[in-house]
Amino acid sequence: MSKPRVATTSLAGCFGCHMSLLDIDDRILQLIDLVEFDRSPVDDIKHISQRCAIGLVEGGCCNEENVHVLEEFRANCDVLISFGDCATMGGIPAMRNNIPLEECIDEAYRSGPTVYNPQGIVPDDPEIPLLLDKVYPAHEVVKIDYCLPGCPPSADTLWAALTALLSGQPIELPYELLKYD
Amino acid sequence: MGAMESTIKEVCKRYGNSRARLMDMVRDVQEQLGHVPRESFALIAREANTHRVEVESVVSFYAFLTDKKQGRVVLRLCDDIIDRFKGGGEVGAALCKALGIGFGETTPDGGITLDKTPCIGMSDQAPAMMVNDTVVTNLSPEAVPALVEALRRNPDPQALVTEFGDGNNADPLVQAMVNSNIREAGPVILANYRKEGGLRKALTQTPDEVIEDIKISGLRGRGGAGFLTGLKWELTRQSPGTEKYVLCNADEGEPGTFKDRVLLTERADLVLEGMTVAAYAIGAETGIIYLRGEYAYLRRFLEEKLNRRREARLLGNTILGREGFNFDIRIQMGAGAYVCGEETSLISSCEGTRGDPTDRTPFPVVKGYMVSPTAVNNVETYCCAARIMDMGPGWFASIGTARSAGTKLLSLCGDCERPGIYEVPFGTPLGEVLKRAGAEDVACVCVGGPSGQMVGPAQFGMGISYEELSTGGSVMVFSSQRDILEVAGAFMEFFVEESCGYCVPCRVGNVLLRSRLERVRNGEGTKGDLDYLRRLGESVKFSSRCGLGQTSPNPILSTLKHFRPVYNALVKDGGGTVNKSFHIMKAVEQASAIAGRRSEIFHA
Repeated sequence: MSKPRVATTSLAGCFGCHMSLLDIDDRILQLIDLVEFDRSPVDDIKHISQRCAIGLVEGGCCNEENVHVLEEFRANCDVLISFGDCATMGGIPAMRNNIPLEECIDEAYRSGPTVYNPQGIVPDDPEIPLLLDKVYPAHEVVKIDYCLPGCPPSADTLWAALTALLSGQPIELPYELLKYD
Repeated sequence: MGAMESTIKEVCKRYGNSRARLMDMVRDVQEQLGHVPRESFALIAREANTHRVEVESVVSFYAFLTDKKQGRVVLRLCDDIIDRFKGGGEVGAALCKALGIGFGETTPDGGITLDKTPCIGMSDQAPAMMVNDTVVTNLSPEAVPALVEALRRNPDPQALVTEFGDGNNADPLVQAMVNSNIREAGPVILANYRKEGGLRKALTQTPDEVIEDIKISGLRGRGGAGFLTGLKWELTRQSPGTEKYVLCNADEGEPGTFKDRVLLTERADLVLEGMTVAAYAIGAETGIIYLRGEYAYLRRFLEEKLNRRREARLLGNTILGREGFNFDIRIQMGAGAYVCGEETSLISSCEGTRGDPTDRTPFPVVKGYMVSPTAVNNVETYCCAARIMDMGPGWFASIGTARSAGTKLLSLCGDCERPGIYEVPFGTPLGEVLKRAGAEDVACVCVGGPSGQMVGPAQFGMGISYEELSTGGSVMVFSSQRDILEVAGAFMEFFVEESCGYCVPCRVGNVLLRSRLERVRNGEGTKGDLDYLRRLGESVKFSSRCGLGQTSPNPILSTLKHFRPVYNALVKDGGGTVNKSFHIMKAVEQASAIAGRRSEIFHA
């Protein structure tokens, strides 16, 4: 039997959750014995190549491309997990949600204290995805099967969740793995 | 000294410059100046020996207080769901049109301010609104232009009242167009009774004997929570403290309830008699009636009742010749805050602060008003207590059911032929009450107001009682023409507005509940959303600090329980993996306008 495939992506996140995934250290060798990685920043595969058992989503959706990727994951993964506070709640990027989009763009490109832009040009290449009106957690956009909180969730938390899922065992996340003080 | 300063000095002096009377001071300042200007905060604080922030927090907390300049006339249209169903929306539109302004705005000449307010206790004569303190009932969009014209000619709102209502509403000190609409009188409260019979009888007994009688009668609090009144009085009496207080909760804010308004109009003496009995039993010398701001039109009438009782030696020193029994009552006006009906909030408000609830323990019976033992009871409870003293506890206990003694006043409103007040023995089935009120084609009844339960025909056989269908008085009837979830949504909106904001489960939870319900109503929900509503509702109930948050999820939880098919019809899980409430084109609309181009990815 072929190994179950896992795809991962980082949307409106900081890649911290992926760094945390790498923090499983040498257990990554066990992991690649257990699974085959499909689309992921880890292997730089750009699109999901075939049906995956598990999709891991870091970050929420701040622009149309994030939505597009998330929909691709949803369509191709049996189980979709949002991990980290940005994916599950919007996180830091969602701090802009109370500020009108126009003001955000203005602050970023024209009037921010460290901006030098005498012509007041806002980058507008069609290649640049349009921003959404606000930042959405992943489950507001597509159905999400599991949420793993944490900023980031620790390597042990991710390991516990993945191995439980792969072995079909009930997940056990003791208090130590879910406290953040 | 400026005019404002002298006004403030005078007002604060009126209340002994006591910070505990801050509510009254601020109300009076607003009455004289039209609003409470921000520049006055520091002055008031200085005169009242408190901090500026205390003044600001009071002004900002209560809906009827404002630091913004308002018109000479303030219109507050009742925005309760019953009023909406009776055409309140059309009346609101007509008002906007006639005045040329929107809600929350003032006409350019500074004459008239238009606003909305939650239930003003006139649901049996909806739609209604307050014009300053005057209540105008049975509004229609057709009548609005003439009404606005009349107010422009003569800003005295009382001039709008051309015909007085029934009973004491026509009293020279009330002169309201409000109707009491007493449809059915029961034996306890609305029957003819021996005036002061209860008080005289009580004075022949010792305070402990009075408490014993109340305990034997089985009387429970009529506000809704149903705590044993005799036990409450006993605890208040036994708690250490030299000063004790008797508070009457007349902050009838539960939408759809108006029985206390009728009691204060038609049975004011019985209420005051009951309070006096309580004072005797507890050993209190001071009583306070906390009268909701919406009922300000009853204030002069009640003040006069108090004066007459003082003259008749029914209040004051040596009541009815009884040496050492001294008791007097003052009226504390509220200012438009639902949460103040919660007893610890009510006490905070009486002490002149924001109407924030406080932690229990200690309970008010131990440390209440002014950190002294305090018995807070509902208007109707005091009426019952006076009658129990007169007629005996056995008589009272023989009415109603084993666990709910006596009768209950119900205020019926909504889709029925005869809305108004019904006094029924506890245990009377809901269906029976509906029949008497001429309510046919009933799909849903909200028993106990938004914080109560929404029930369907399957529950109509249940009795009105603490053990079955508990209510503080509100019974709202909705016909099959009404959208039940629109009702639930309106109730959630109400709670979001009225949460005091102190604790997170209530402040945030109610907003989340409201928006998720909205999603389901829009047909964008899934079965998972129903589960989310139930779980979140339970959490809000479990973890909120006071009665508001502990009951606010009820409109959702009770409809999920009793009207599940309505929800099921709205959520169809078509194997949906994409969230229907997310609309990509809408989400990129702003950015698309800013960039001046369409979405490269999603534009078909």
